[in-house]
Amino acid sequence: MIKTFCRLLILALSVAPLAWAPAAAQQGGAAEQPAPRASTGGAQTLEDILARQRGENLDDGFRREATGDPARAAGIAAQLGTLGGASDSDVFRALRYGSADVTVSARGPATDVIIQDSGMWWLELRKGPLLIWGGWLLAAMIVVVLVYLSIRGPIRIEGAKTGRSILRFSAIERFSHWLLAGSFILLGLSGLITLFGRFALIPIFGKDFFSVIALASKWIHNNVAWAFMAALVMVFVCWVVHNVPNRADLIWLAKGGGLFSKHVHPPARKFNAGQKIVFWVVIVLGISISASGLSLLFPFEMPMFAKTFEILNALGLPQLFGMGELATEMTPHEEMQYAQLWHSVVAFVFMAIIIAHIYLGSVGMEGAFESMETGEVDRQWAKEHHSLWYEEVVAEEQEAASREAPATPAE
Amino acid sequence: MRAMLLAFLAMAVIAVGADILLDLIGFSTQAVTSGAAVRSG
Repeated sequence: MIKTFCRLLILALSVAPLAWAPAAAQQGGAAEQPAPRASTGGAQTLEDILARQRGENLDDGFRREATGDPARAAGIAAQLGTLGGASDSDVFRALRYGSADVTVSARGPATDVIIQDSGMWWLELRKGPLLIWGGWLLAAMIVVVLVYLSIRGPIRIEGAKTGRSILRFSAIERFSHWLLAGSFILLGLSGLITLFGRFALIPIFGKDFFSVIALASKWIHNNVAWAFMAALVMVFVCWVVHNVPNRADLIWLAKGGGLFSKHVHPPARKFNAGQKIVFWVVIVLGISISASGLSLLFPFEMPMFAKTFEILNALGLPQLFGMGELATEMTPHEEMQYAQLWHSVVAFVFMAIIIAHIYLGSVGMEGAFESMETGEVDRQWAKEHHSLWYEEVVAEEQEAASREAPATPAE
Repeated sequence: MRAMLLAFLAMAVIAVGADILLDLIGFSTQAVTSGAAVRSG
């Protein structure tokens, strides 16, 4: 049940990565290319190799199935008889395609996978584009925030402060938020150390000290993840009611939330449309990153991607993007590699969005941090930024006051 | 401020608790993927 749930979550978020899913993940989409293999005695030709390097889909059945035939083995006393009908090349092909009957002395999950050449594709992506594009995304978001700060400046309370405050967030709401925020920051930093450390930190600190940092990061990442998941559930329970979209959100969005012009305060209830977008992004990405994180936390125990790709293929989504069917047979290591890539991509997008959230929740808006620090905001702040919510609170206060007031006897 | 500090304390407690609990039930990523667990016995 949990696995199915996780798969569906991954499915829901799988449209984006499909755009860059490698050709290696596709199978059977392009037309098979007949190759004149008679000239090579059935072995692959130069054209086969070049086509593979170009990332084209190629029916490699002629290699996959060329793993020897015990029935054709020479007699044990004959020349090469001890090979049992399979040449060294046949054996290596069987190992490579996972059809060899392997016995290994090492124990542990997936230790009988001797050759996994798709791992090179993952390694190259992890070492190069993932770090480069992920790094640029975070840097770009920081630049956007700084440019916005320099142009717009902090959003101040425009009217005179009343000096009277109202409760905006209860203690449990603040606890949940800070549990999520604190764990997110620790997970983000430890994840970045894990991802960039080899290139960015070893040259600075050296290998010995980096090993200490890396081990600490791994411990933090593996264990603080549970606090993050618990906080995600708490935040969802606390705030889902207040984050259901309504008509006021359209007005708020149409006016840009007043973020780009002064003296504009579109009406909003407890959360405005921007905050609702952040809420749902946090929930959806949070669940997705938790699912792939659990898959990584329990190696080989929770494979998700082959099944997810199966569902996507059945829905025809890859075809919508002009792609062939996605691979539905994976080695255990491939499953882990996809989980690692998906986890990292979601994490980068998540961090970029949260950078903007941290800005607006701290220096970007006067009074915003206090609302989550003490739970209280000045009434003028509430009136300007969440006028509909403020009216609700005032109405509740008046109703409570009228209930508490002693009844006036009729004359 | 108190809610924030309590949350950070809870985070540390959950992390240490998770580490101990996973060890107690016999699972840790460290043990499964390295060391004695993968050496032939």
